Amino acid sequence: MSDSFDDLRDLYQEVILDHGRRPRHARRLESFDATAKGDNPMCGDRIEVWVKLGTDGTIADTGFQARGCAISVASADLMAETVIGRSKADTHALFEAFREMARTGQCPHCDGALADPLERLEPLAGVHEYPSRVKCATLAWHALIAALEGGKEASSE
Amino acid sequence: MNVEAKISLGRPAVLDVARIREDFPILRQKIRGKPLVFLDSAASAQKPRAVIEAMREAMETQYANVHRGLHWMSERTTDAYEAAREAVAALINANDAHEVVFTRNITESLNLMAHSYGRGILKPGQAVLISGMEHHSNIVPWQLLRDERGIELRVVPVTDSGELDMDAFETLIADGKVGLVSMTHMSNVLGTYTPVERIVRMAHAHGAKVLFDGAQAVVHRRVDVQALGCDFYAFTGHKLYGPTGIGVLWGRRELLDAMPPFLGGGEMISSVAFERSTWADVPHKFEAGTPPILEGIGLKAAIDYVQQIGYDAIAAHETALVDHALARLGTIEGVHILGRAQDRGGVVSFALDRAHAHDVATLLDRQGIAVRAGNHCAEPLMHRFGLDSTTRASFAIYTSHDEIDFLADSLARVREFFK
Repeated sequence: MSDSFDDLRDLYQEVILDHGRRPRHARRLESFDATAKGDNPMCGDRIEVWVKLGTDGTIADTGFQARGCAISVASADLMAETVIGRSKADTHALFEAFREMARTGQCPHCDGALADPLERLEPLAGVHEYPSRVKCATLAWHALIAALEGGKEASSE
Repeated sequence: MNVEAKISLGRPAVLDVARIREDFPILRQKIRGKPLVFLDSAASAQKPRAVIEAMREAMETQYANVHRGLHWMSERTTDAYEAAREAVAALINANDAHEVVFTRNITESLNLMAHSYGRGILKPGQAVLISGMEHHSNIVPWQLLRDERGIELRVVPVTDSGELDMDAFETLIADGKVGLVSMTHMSNVLGTYTPVERIVRMAHAHGAKVLFDGAQAVVHRRVDVQALGCDFYAFTGHKLYGPTGIGVLWGRRELLDAMPPFLGGGEMISSVAFERSTWADVPHKFEAGTPPILEGIGLKAAIDYVQQIGYDAIAAHETALVDHALARLGTIEGVHILGRAQDRGGVVSFALDRAHAHDVATLLDRQGIAVRAGNHCAEPLMHRFGLDSTTRASFAIYTSHDEIDFLADSLARVREFFK
């Protein structure tokens, strides 16, 4: 795809703009088993995450409310999309792999069991070029992990 | 150096930006293959070669600790460092160079005031009056003082146009309890110049002393502390084209004399015994430890550089830049400029519909433009305007009209991108 915004698209791919503009999972869950807030004091981004667990302990549903940049909202939405149906252990592993991708742009685990969700999260890998923006992409994940671990607050600091 | 000489000989009414830009080596850098358009000088300004050379030369030819060595190097270095104090005194028209205290930055200058004047001179039951457009560094030290000493903190609100509500000022100071007014001279977010002469008149009429945070103002406008009539004035070196690590607190001699020390250590004492120590005279009473020697030498070079260009040319240049920026940015659909004060300096903050300030900053960075995005260390002011963050472009002597045009064109692209 070529347009007059080619020079701006490496970080802001269409999927990020789309999910940043129209997040599908930006809603508070009516009933939930865990919740946590995330706060990035450096830039003022804030997020609240709710999680509903299934009887088998997997994530049955998740939603969020976020106030922040396109990267942080899109990342929260893609996170929700990729963790629904996953166990806590899987979600942890996905978080670690995603965090490495956001920090380094590399994805050594992309061939493994998490190849599909990581491919979905791949458009966010561009943030590694902007160290100050990596936290925007990981904030929602920090909040989700805090919720799963029974915490109330997470900071991406 | 030759370039400076030409400037001083020419004394142009209009500042020659192309020539000035040659004095700043960093402006030749390319960012992602594009020319650097540095519009973040209000956070920290770039350094002219004169500053870089002065610090390098000091390290290479005449460096030692100051005020203690009896040897040639120390004496020469002491002279150079004290010449910086003289340069600051001349810059702000202080009555006496002894009234100039060197600190690490303006945050330390303001903390010095909160600690020494706040705890040593103000009494519980008195109040400190600040405003709703202060930088965090002129809020938090006074909160700490309030919580520790029971000294009230009062806040002058900001109007919709981004100016001080001077009626509220009058009301807040009327009961005579305000011992110190501590206010910005120019907002780092709105660009608003505060009505400093009027503030001084009103404060003094009600028995309050006045401290101005001149971090932004001193960069853009000639400051004459005697003409202003204020009691204290603070600024920092790195925004004035000087190095980081050096700040200034100017105060009236008799007020500084009456204040207790801030930090303790070497340099600030007259004599030390375990029973009791006595303090050095001002300004050394407030300058514990080895001072920022090289930074002082760098600051003097920066001040000399600014003085050679002259504040008339600087102010005219920056007024033209701001007018141009307001005209260009103001006509981009979806751009909302914060504040519309009549008297304003070289910063323009704005919000863009449907785009977060951090996304705007990153997309501008892609085009080689450096701006600041966030709350600008002025969270209460952001909330006053119902915002979490803005994008801020700030201007300096090396900023050109072309750069502002490029900002406007790039911003229009960002706007399209997020449509």
